Amino acid sequence: MPRVKVQRKSTSIDMTAMCDVAFLLLTFFILTAKPRVEDPVPVDIPAATTEIPIPDDNMLMLTVGQGKVFFSVDGNDIRMQTLTQMGDKYGVKFTDEQKVKFSGLPIFGVPMKQLAGYLDLNGEERKKFQQTGIPYDTTANNELSDWIREARKVDVSLHNKALRISIKGDNKEEYPTIKKLIGVLQRQKINKFALITTVKGGTKK
Amino acid sequence: MAELDTSGGGKHKGGKVRSKKASTRVDLTAMVDLAFLLITFFMLTTTLSKPKAMDLAMPDKEEHNDDQLAVAASRSMTLLLGANNKVEWFIGEPGKSQPTTDNYGKDGLRKTLIEKGKEIQQSTGKYMVVLIKPSDKSTYKNVVDTIDEMNITGVQSYAIVDILPAELELLKRDGNY
Repeated sequence: MPRVKVQRKSTSIDMTAMCDVAFLLLTFFILTAKPRVEDPVPVDIPAATTEIPIPDDNMLMLTVGQGKVFFSVDGNDIRMQTLTQMGDKYGVKFTDEQKVKFSGLPIFGVPMKQLAGYLDLNGEERKKFQQTGIPYDTTANNELSDWIREARKVDVSLHNKALRISIKGDNKEEYPTIKKLIGVLQRQKINKFALITTVKGGTKK
Repeated sequence: MAELDTSGGGKHKGGKVRSKKASTRVDLTAMVDLAFLLITFFMLTTTLSKPKAMDLAMPDKEEHNDDQLAVAASRSMTLLLGANNKVEWFIGEPGKSQPTTDNYGKDGLRKTLIEKGKEIQQSTGKYMVVLIKPSDKSTYKNVVDTIDEMNITGVQSYAIVDILPAELELLKRDGNY
């Protein structure tokens, strides 16, 4: 009787399909990944039960923390045009290089006078720079109001859309700061805006 | 790497020495390892819980006296947000009814809102109007919490209004300011 020969099989597995899947997923994650914008001040967002996701584009966000207000708006073209108009308004000349830098700046909070100097800093120095927030308290020196107004104008002229305005505030922020901010918005007849919240965790119910 | 030599071996005795045909298969294991490593990295760095937005409409500051509705005092509930995460509420006009101090959360404000909402619905046949008046000592979290309670309890109409001096006195008297 002939012995049954056990067929010796190769132990190597065909990795091609697995590799395909892995890279497909990788591509997906790379493309959907959004660079996380670091807030200049620690902001602890309050939790709430609302589940409306914030829209991805066409947003103007005011970040509030430690009594300072920071300004961020989506879209490089909007940022650049807003800077140009703000420069005209305040009589500050920005070079083309500064404008390009500003268009890549996701969030900032410096007064108009310091802005040119702030833009000249390189990445490392900018991180160390203590941003003082945009002045918004007095009616004579309300730069924040002008920033918002110019950004809205630019968005209408470039994309013909109305900017959505949202406030991202810190849990511990005292109400007067928020009240002033809301006052700034209401003076521009913005009565509808959004507050950024996180989803309430299951533990605290 | 993880491949055993399964060829019989030693079959080429004699014969011509052929140029060895190199296998066209590349070992993809390392590549897959790398790909999964990167996937893990990108999965973990993408923000998993995207922040949500809570829409808020403020009352118009402009005076439109012609289309303003007068709300009966019996239907209006006022919430005074004080310091130390305390809230005071009363129904009607300030001074005429005694405010009650309450906590935020499920057993405090939410219960009150649901109960009073029902009572007012029964007695007047109309929905309750809530006025939120944050004092200067309250935090942003308090305001968001309060609005959130409005959403949870389904209060149809609410507004954030500036606090009146008389109401500040109430908060001070009860030690919540």
